[in-house]
Amino acid sequence: MTIAKPTARDAAPVRPMWKVLLLRPELMTFALLVLGLFGASALSPYFLDLAYILDSFTLSAEFAMVALILTMIIIAGEIDLSPASNMALSACLFAYAQAAGIPMPVAICIGLAAGLAMGALNAFMVIALQLPSIIVTIGTLILYRGLAQVIAGDKSIRVPEWFIGINNYLVLGMPSTVLMFLILSLVLGLVLGVTVFGRQIYLIGTNEIAARHAGIRTRRIKTLLFLMMGLASAFAGLLTASRLGSVRYDLGLGGELQMVLMAMLGGTYIFGGRGTILGTFLAAWLLVVASTGMTVANLLPAVQLTVLGVLLIVSIIATNAIYSRTQR
Amino acid sequence: MTAAVLSARGIGKSFAAVEVLRGVDLDLMPGEIHALVGENGAGKSTFAKILAGVHRPSTGGLSMAGQSVEVSSPNVAQKLGITLIHQEPISFPDLSVAENLVLGRMGGGWLQRVPWARLTSDARGIMAQLGVQIDVTRQMRGLSIADQQMVEIARALASDSRVIIMDEPTAPLTPKETATLFMIARRLRDEGRTLIFISHRLEEVRALCDRITVFRDGNKVMTDHVANLTDADIIRAMIGRPLKEYMHKVGSVIGEVALKVQGLTLPGVFRDISFEVRKGEIVGLGGLVGAGRTDVARALFGVAPAATGVVMVNGQAVSIAEPSQAIGLGLAFVPEDRAVAGIFRSLSVEQNISAAVPGKISRWGVISRKLEKAMAEAQVQRLSIRLAALRQPIGELSGGNQQKAILARWLLTDPQVLILDEPTRGIDIGVKAEFYDMIGALAVNGCAILLISSELPELLALCDRVLVMAEGRLTADLDRSVATQETIMQAAVPRSGVAA
Amino acid sequence: MRALLLRREAGIFVMIVLFCLAVGLYKPQFLTLNSLRIILLLTPLILIAAMGQMLVLVARHVDLSIGSMLGFSAMVTGMMFKFLPEIWWPLGFVLAIGTGTILGLINGVLVTLFRLPAIIVTLGTLNLYRGMTYIISDAKQIDRQFVPSALKSMSQTSPIFGIPWIIFISLGIAALTYAFVMHTAVGRQIFALGSNPVAAPLRGINVTKVTLLVFAISGALSGLAGIMYASRWGFVNPSNTGAGFEFQVIAAVVIGGVSINGGSGTVLGTVLGVLLLGCVAAALPLLGIPGTTQNAIYGGVILVALLIDRAVRQQGLKTLSSRVAA
Repeated sequence: MTIAKPTARDAAPVRPMWKVLLLRPELMTFALLVLGLFGASALSPYFLDLAYILDSFTLSAEFAMVALILTMIIIAGEIDLSPASNMALSACLFAYAQAAGIPMPVAICIGLAAGLAMGALNAFMVIALQLPSIIVTIGTLILYRGLAQVIAGDKSIRVPEWFIGINNYLVLGMPSTVLMFLILSLVLGLVLGVTVFGRQIYLIGTNEIAARHAGIRTRRIKTLLFLMMGLASAFAGLLTASRLGSVRYDLGLGGELQMVLMAMLGGTYIFGGRGTILGTFLAAWLLVVASTGMTVANLLPAVQLTVLGVLLIVSIIATNAIYSRTQR
Repeated sequence: MTAAVLSARGIGKSFAAVEVLRGVDLDLMPGEIHALVGENGAGKSTFAKILAGVHRPSTGGLSMAGQSVEVSSPNVAQKLGITLIHQEPISFPDLSVAENLVLGRMGGGWLQRVPWARLTSDARGIMAQLGVQIDVTRQMRGLSIADQQMVEIARALASDSRVIIMDEPTAPLTPKETATLFMIARRLRDEGRTLIFISHRLEEVRALCDRITVFRDGNKVMTDHVANLTDADIIRAMIGRPLKEYMHKVGSVIGEVALKVQGLTLPGVFRDISFEVRKGEIVGLGGLVGAGRTDVARALFGVAPAATGVVMVNGQAVSIAEPSQAIGLGLAFVPEDRAVAGIFRSLSVEQNISAAVPGKISRWGVISRKLEKAMAEAQVQRLSIRLAALRQPIGELSGGNQQKAILARWLLTDPQVLILDEPTRGIDIGVKAEFYDMIGALAVNGCAILLISSELPELLALCDRVLVMAEGRLTADLDRSVATQETIMQAAVPRSGVAA
Repeated sequence: MRALLLRREAGIFVMIVLFCLAVGLYKPQFLTLNSLRIILLLTPLILIAAMGQMLVLVARHVDLSIGSMLGFSAMVTGMMFKFLPEIWWPLGFVLAIGTGTILGLINGVLVTLFRLPAIIVTLGTLNLYRGMTYIISDAKQIDRQFVPSALKSMSQTSPIFGIPWIIFISLGIAALTYAFVMHTAVGRQIFALGSNPVAAPLRGINVTKVTLLVFAISGALSGLAGIMYASRWGFVNPSNTGAGFEFQVIAAVVIGGVSINGGSGTVLGTVLGVLLLGCVAAALPLLGIPGTTQNAIYGGVILVALLIDRAVRQQGLKTLSSRVAA
């Protein structure tokens, strides 16, 4: 190689590879996960039982799936706080439709289409109208949940017996929703990690203007991401309906916190351009271990809420610190 | 001889490892208009910012009327009576003009009452003193740049500044507005204030200033009375060596029309732009900042498309609404502001180089790291980009090498038409020379090049033809044989010439 | 632009009048003094917190945690009443406002010191403060008998015209806010900061201090709203008190014309925005529309306000570009 030798004025010296790897936030997530498992197994021997953990994971699998796509949206420099409300509204529409006698397959399609439409509304406001996604999706967070409340009132809507309990089906020895999460993680991990589409998401999140100048269809890609988000939320809503056996307007209430938390704990950079599916994947398990551990330790749900809130803030501070060290 | 109002001794400044200013001594006298001139990156703006407390000097110090002073922030500078007026005036668009005048200077505690009536009448008084008609109770939002500058000048008067620094104030102004500005500047000088006028337009310096200081490569070259110097003296001091030493045009074969533009118009920005660029030809686009040059380039590339007009690439009429379409047609665009529209700071050099050619580094949409690395490495060698490793973030490279990487990105697209917007801004002289060689080599290979530049020597040395824009219109199309600094500037300031 | 804002305020006022007339035509009892009383009683808590949220938005941030700050402050105060029944009850105000101020400062510190986006910080503290409310209360409600009757009667008894005390307090807060933002140096600095955050430090504005201040005020006013809640409803519940309150407040503030892009917003507009929401909330039961539609309305209102904000901005741009062209 005949690359000219740089002087100090031309470029900073390169950081050794081990340092680059060590400073990755995913490593922090992984370390915390191992630590959490040790701590939790000291609390209860159940934690060494894989089946127990897998079973606990079904409670968060729906959020975790949506969090994967949320990760991609945050990397692209946007945010979506509405998916939990989207889950509720699409599930309510689905439940309402089938309760009104519409055949199940059609009702399911209605639910999914509604989710897609909600994603489209977010995309329209953010991309076509150029409004900040952070405020738009607070608005739709309230709107979608409110519409779910209008549809379902304070009642819960039953779903047919056969539709209930998809999380209890075991495929390859694990609950089906957990398997779905694994597959989705793998697929999205590859999409984000090795495809042109994934690369362009990073480019957009790092510098959207430069990305557009480099010929990247920034609007198209971001629209696609919001649509994916809508569809995934609706799908997660239906899965939740199946797990719970009935639908109320407060389905998935507060889920946005958990999803954002999974992305942040996994080292996704809140200002875009950095983050991985692997990080969010690990963070989802970390969160499940933590919250199950807290339940086993008989902590009130409210205390758990406090812990989640603290975790969210600590994880962003930690991630920011790591990135600012590597950014110089 | 009267005592200096502000003296600089041995001022030096380094950013990171790069020394941008070395041992500058300067005495500013009361009642003078003092020009700071020099090429881009010569250090004149950095020096001005040190005077105004925006930067702290790495070495040396300032004194006012014999007393050593520590200008640690813009606010301190303001209290000492030094005001810097930025080229893009600082304004708080939601606040009233009167408030903008006093913001940050209101003393007292937090709950200090705002004396609205006094503010308003004081502001009116100052505006009257300046002889400008701006309603001080209106919001800043919507004021023209010229009016915003007036507000900044009024602000300097409101704090009774003795030293007022103007950083290229005339760049965005119309000739008429420039004339008003000069009139006011003279009046302020006659009141005994000191004005520092940063510019690289010698005609303006000559028309307005009493003394001149020339900077080159971070050094003060000379200070003298303007009247003692000819333009040639000043230019020689700025450049330091004959242009030909580092600029030369390689003869290339000029072929068919590659890019043809007819009647391109974007209302309020530019009107009726028509020109053509042939294969192997380097066409310069000159004019003042804000004349609409960058806007035309952005329109051609689909960043902000024009409303009407015809663009033809290789004889085919095309419509370009997105940069991706432009790239598909063989256009490439190195934008003016590297940090904003060029680099992906935290991403690796190779990712930066490959950003515009996803198809070349992937199979079935899957990126091949091997292909990407090989491709980036080839470009790094071709353009001799100096870096420590391909995987290091591009933000860790020097400005010149970042710019080379951007150029590498576009060379990978095999462009037939290359648009360069101020490609050598803020780049070391040495790297500049490399750039000129590269541009020449591209033309020899048959690439049509549109070069936007504010540096006249650059346009004159490199281009086969020079187009000039003023106020959104194309005002001249000069062949290499007739293009001079004078003809270009005349076309760039069409209406009344230089305000006197 | 100022004219546009004025037009905006006039617009909200006209909307209030038209809305009331329309509902009144359908249900005449809506236009009675009694229903005015109902409307006014719906608004004080929102109005107080809206003043704080307005300042936060003007400074280009947002505070999602106000409902939880309200709940926590109310709970702390309620517990003081419960465990120290002999205490002089107005001390409750001091405690509630003080608690809220501390919570708000925590938000502010996280935003300024760690340079985190306010929306994520306050999404975290929204849950954090709510969880803390459960913890300190052991998930138990403070029942009516513990809330001092003098405090409760502030929501019923009136110094004049049969209008209860809490309405005067909330209007007083609005007046104070007006004086603060229009007539004090630091009040103007909030607007300057939101108007041009990059240039603000160049003008000697201490960005950290101003940001801390707006979050502290938002917390303090949420705390005040917390004790008012105890007065208005006579109890404090760890899960209900203040839940979803942020939505109502943000909806009121943005419909009142406070720009989400910072730098602009008026007290009068915000007051009118709160009133409009109050009218809607009061009309729903009369019209036989179930209360479950309220959240959908808040969400819709925020989106519509965003669209209006955008339209106003575009109009501003248009007048600007036409001037350039001329």
